[in-house]
Amino acid sequence: MKIFDLNFDVEEEPIPDGEDHDLLENIMDGEEVHDSPREKVKTEKEYYRNYVRSTQWVQKLILTENRGFNVFYFSVAVVSCVLLIGMLLFTISYLPRYGVENPESILVVKRYVENGLQETGAVNIISGIILDYRAFDTLGESHVLFTALMCVTVLLRRDSKNMRTQYEDFYTIRDEKYHELYRESIMKFVAAVLLPCLLLYGAYVLLNGQISPGGGFSGGAVLGSGLIICAAAFGFRSTDRVITRKTANLIAFFSLGFYSFAKGYVFFTGANGLENHIPKGTPGAILSGGLILPLDIAVGLVVATTMFGFYSLFRRGSIGGNK
Amino acid sequence: MDFIRNFPMFSVVLSLFSGVLCTMLSGKKARIYTIIYECILLVMVAAVLRYTVVTGEAFTYVLGEFPAPWGNELRAGTLEASIAVLFIAVMLCAVLAGQHYVRKDIDESKVNIYYAILNLMTAALMAMTWTNDIFSGYVFLEILTLTSCGVLIVREIGRTTLAAVRYMILNLVGSGLFLLGVVLLYDITGNLLMVPMQREIAMLYQDPGARVVLIMATGILTIGLSIKSGLFPFHYWMPDTYGWATPTSGAVLSSLVSKCYIFLLIKIYWRVIGIDIFTDMPIRNVLFVLGLCGMVFGSLSAIRAENINRMVAFSSAAQIGYIYMGIGLGGTAGFTAAVFHIMAHAVTKSQLFLTTPRLAAVSGNSLRFKNLQGCALRDPNAGLFFLLPSLSMIGIPIFAGFSSKLFFAMAAADRGGIKLILVMLVLAASSLLNALYFMRTLIRIYTPSDPSNERVRHHLDYNIPMTALTLANLAMGLFSGVFAALIGQGFSMFN
Repeated sequence: MKIFDLNFDVEEEPIPDGEDHDLLENIMDGEEVHDSPREKVKTEKEYYRNYVRSTQWVQKLILTENRGFNVFYFSVAVVSCVLLIGMLLFTISYLPRYGVENPESILVVKRYVENGLQETGAVNIISGIILDYRAFDTLGESHVLFTALMCVTVLLRRDSKNMRTQYEDFYTIRDEKYHELYRESIMKFVAAVLLPCLLLYGAYVLLNGQISPGGGFSGGAVLGSGLIICAAAFGFRSTDRVITRKTANLIAFFSLGFYSFAKGYVFFTGANGLENHIPKGTPGAILSGGLILPLDIAVGLVVATTMFGFYSLFRRGSIGGNK
Repeated sequence: MDFIRNFPMFSVVLSLFSGVLCTMLSGKKARIYTIIYECILLVMVAAVLRYTVVTGEAFTYVLGEFPAPWGNELRAGTLEASIAVLFIAVMLCAVLAGQHYVRKDIDESKVNIYYAILNLMTAALMAMTWTNDIFSGYVFLEILTLTSCGVLIVREIGRTTLAAVRYMILNLVGSGLFLLGVVLLYDITGNLLMVPMQREIAMLYQDPGARVVLIMATGILTIGLSIKSGLFPFHYWMPDTYGWATPTSGAVLSSLVSKCYIFLLIKIYWRVIGIDIFTDMPIRNVLFVLGLCGMVFGSLSAIRAENINRMVAFSSAAQIGYIYMGIGLGGTAGFTAAVFHIMAHAVTKSQLFLTTPRLAAVSGNSLRFKNLQGCALRDPNAGLFFLLPSLSMIGIPIFAGFSSKLFFAMAAADRGGIKLILVMLVLAASSLLNALYFMRTLIRIYTPSDPSNERVRHHLDYNIPMTALTLANLAMGLFSGVFAALIGQGFSMFN
């Protein structure tokens, strides 16, 4: 069996002649395909016939390949993994023991713990560190999520090149019908009980990031899972009323835009030695920690939208209603 | 404080914001916006370069109100600024010259997302260039990993999807190893900023126990980043990734993304590990040998390729080998040669990747050599812009490729001994192989096939960026001393 195809030159293998392989070849090469490859297929049946034949051809290709190489490849992989694990274990034995620190290396942590409260205004030191001391990293991290959403959108959102088969459409429509017909299912009952609690708890975690454990990323994840449960139990028709493609875009734009500008302002004033006029508030109150609360809200909204976006893109190929 | 000192921070935050903004615009507006904003960015980084050259010293920029070991920091010296200018200039040229193919290869509803991903990639390139904090480097390395898969996958044909899956798996392995290395270093030093980290490491290196951890951490960081940049045994993802992406993506991935990882690695060697300690480590010799292997095996694979894009991509693997050979030679001379080659190769390879689809367009949309015969005569303009960078890749004098090979040879001569002999032999062999496959291609595309075809003319959107890249190439060949002095000044600021 072959796990990883090291020989990437498959296209240079002799490809058997015949009309059956034209479709696969064209799709793979992309030389002819500027329009939809689907348009070349007359019927679904023909498409599946071609697909089955092409996989048979690929299987034949794999079986005829050199077995000796596969054995060699497996042994090298196993040996290098064992080597890496052994070397890491060996290295770990030289790391400083827990609790035994040299005084210079805890200089950074010391200030976070001792002065964190008065310098950031946040009781929860973690929030203070990620959103104030090391805000630049978190600025990048929240854009990582957005980037991931954009990449999944590119991959999965339907367009002229990425269309679904009638079968897939059939199942999506059937699911939606199912939700309309069977209103009294267990799923719906549980979701109806769970959903308000989940949204409330998500909002609580989100808004209390500066006081208690939690914050934008965790609160956003709870909110996002609430939206996903809503969509799974009541169908996408229920979430489409709240989140359409446009609102998802707007939420991401305003949250991340606000994030960039707020942090850009703080970086600018901090580096130039200017007063930034952002009140720290009383530590422990809900309005405290300077920019931490609004930034948590922004991050939370982005996380929730991203999680729901992944679910929606994987299930039906769009965020918000089908066009 | 001078206002110019804010520009590195502006370049990152503005790029991030532009990425988000482009998703709100239509495809056409996103393209125009991206071009305008990259021009602004180019002016900003050029101003920073001029500022650092004039003042003659690097400056750090505190992000927020908390100083060095507690908050994040950016740092701008001559070397960072010149790399940033290179990145933005090549990115701008790639966007300009590839816009025709972006319209053609990408579905209309996703063009704005493509530009959004490109802008986020610019932000990651900028942040990784300027950063003075190893963990910020990791965060933006994640963005770079994701965006590089995004710009690849956006063409939505079977080949790019397959290539993107492979590229992503290898890239994630690289990211994981990099993170492991950062964790090990953080565990023994207790710092994430480069300057205090280096101070701790210089002390810890005397202790034999900590030395084991240090060497292991450096090794893991090196393996992670060399998988991502495509050093010899890990270069097999290159041809599919570069060859099938839309031309803008191919140019950006080959000439900027892999170079950015190498630049981060160089920065870690100089500013985290410390160059004296790095010279003392055995990792250097491993990199040297793998670089030499890459130079030969990359070229051999390029000779066997049946498809012009795969040939150019495998030649990238050989050029990455050159850069790692320079790092393995060590010393300021070796590193200067490596950075000069990063610049020379970025300018040259982007031009090749932006030109090959034009040659294919007049050959029945086929990239295979057998169909390409005479395409340079059918499309003389694209033929010329394939000829000039090819000559540079071979190493003909007055082009940048020649100067970089000269720098490598000089750095090896400084070192002497067995390394000198090895470098000379492999450099000669690799140049010969380079000449073999590029000459073969040039002869193929200039051999007339049928005289009846009419000639294709190009618009300014292709000619202007290509001319700019050619001029940059010539400037680096003719005034290589100026560039070497600039890079040398940058390295002297690193200490």
